[in-house]
Amino acid sequence: MTAIVGAAECDLGVTGKSVLQLQVQAVSRALADAGLQLSDVDGLATNNIGRFSTTELAQELGIRPRWVESTFVGGSAFETYLARAVQAIEAGQAEVIVISFASNQRSAKSRSLGGVVEEHLPAAQFETPYGPLYPLSYYAMAAQAYLHRYGASSADLAQVAVAARQWALLNPQAYRYEAGPLTVDDVLESTVISSPLRAADCCLVTDGGGAIVVTSAARARDLRNRPVQVLGYGEATGVAGMAAADDILDTGASAAAARAFAAAGLTPADVDVAQIYDSFTITVLLSLEAIGFFGPGEAAPAAREGAFAPGGRLALNTSGGGLSYCHPGQFGVLLLVEAVRQLRGQAGQRQVPDAEVALAHGTGGILSHHSTILLGVDR
Amino acid sequence: MSDLLPPEDELTAPWWAGTRSHQLLLQTCLDCGHRQHHPRHLCLVCRGMNLGYTEATGHGVVDTFTAVHRSPRADLEVPYTVARVRLAEGPVMLSTLVGDGDWQIGDEVRVDFRDLSDGRALPVFRRVK
Repeated sequence: MTAIVGAAECDLGVTGKSVLQLQVQAVSRALADAGLQLSDVDGLATNNIGRFSTTELAQELGIRPRWVESTFVGGSAFETYLARAVQAIEAGQAEVIVISFASNQRSAKSRSLGGVVEEHLPAAQFETPYGPLYPLSYYAMAAQAYLHRYGASSADLAQVAVAARQWALLNPQAYRYEAGPLTVDDVLESTVISSPLRAADCCLVTDGGGAIVVTSAARARDLRNRPVQVLGYGEATGVAGMAAADDILDTGASAAAARAFAAAGLTPADVDVAQIYDSFTITVLLSLEAIGFFGPGEAAPAAREGAFAPGGRLALNTSGGGLSYCHPGQFGVLLLVEAVRQLRGQAGQRQVPDAEVALAHGTGGILSHHSTILLGVDR
Repeated sequence: MSDLLPPEDELTAPWWAGTRSHQLLLQTCLDCGHRQHHPRHLCLVCRGMNLGYTEATGHGVVDTFTAVHRSPRADLEVPYTVARVRLAEGPVMLSTLVGDGDWQIGDEVRVDFRDLSDGRALPVFRRVK
């Protein structure tokens, strides 16, 4: 067994800080949380620093890791890195691995509506000429298809953002902590960006990031925190192109989740708290159904009934999520940080009572890559 | 709508050449007959690499769509409608819906062309009346 023994955020929001400074914050805070030193670290997984992200970070930290990982699959990368870290630790290739991410996209104004166009790839010829927003317009087309197929409404999507805000009002670290409640009408009156998605259906664009520290269960026993065990993981790779999926609503999330549950010997009913990548409101409904918390088309009525608000049927995105807490471009590491806090009972006002099993589900690209992690604590 | 000139390459040059005479081509496997879009370097069904192009009927239905209200580029005037169109032959292609605005999933559409400044043209789709 492998365990997460440290977890921390770097500064969030609008920081005015560089990526490397935020990375150093994230790594040093997570190690301090674990009661470990930089000299203990022999594995490093990160991205978004430069072409040579892991070597740049190792250089900045002054360490020479024997194991690194930087597979780029988008926001689901960090759940994927955790899976790889478990494998590396079990294989004896590393003993203490830090998985970190930081972005200063808000301060640096580095985000563009059309995304990054890579001239040599098919999208430059067969997508970019038509002007889709990347990734927003793809999620918007998925939302349109979802509403059509299941007779759901924009108000149902809005409920996801409303619930996220309610959680954020309980989290002092949340970007919208002091913003007050959000109503369905507020969401429906916000600007349409790419129909049916409005501004309030879209995640924040903020700086931020975080880190987790992973080690063997044996080593974890001697450390200060209650170890959070990695019970199972699964991933699935789909397509990169906006027209490449035959059914836009049939993503790889179900396969990723099924693999994770099988590995852990658990079912969705065993999950006490779920952290699900919420790039957009639609992402949450699609993921909840694919993971198996709801049947097809059943997440929308659940949202309508307030299932995802504090005290609701499913403790979901308890930090306030990408919609109201923080979204630094890749949200995956912060899903893990919140899951760890919930399992340790350190989530303050937003603590889910007696949480023993947490799920973190990352989504990368345009519903392109999915990675599911199941975590647990012994009580 | 767009003065952007899309790149082309050795694989897609025939497809783009077709647009000069307002032909919508579909990459077609010469071994198994499978048709696919966008063009790839192998057939997604039989994995063969003996591929050519055949003309599509230009008919399709709206698979899903989005009205874009914030422009990613100076040459695009909002709002405009980006859609996945399922062609009668089966493949889905990304395109733009032109003409009157009240679109529904399942609407029947037919290809039209927007000329580009270099003689090529961009396939777009109009509602079938």
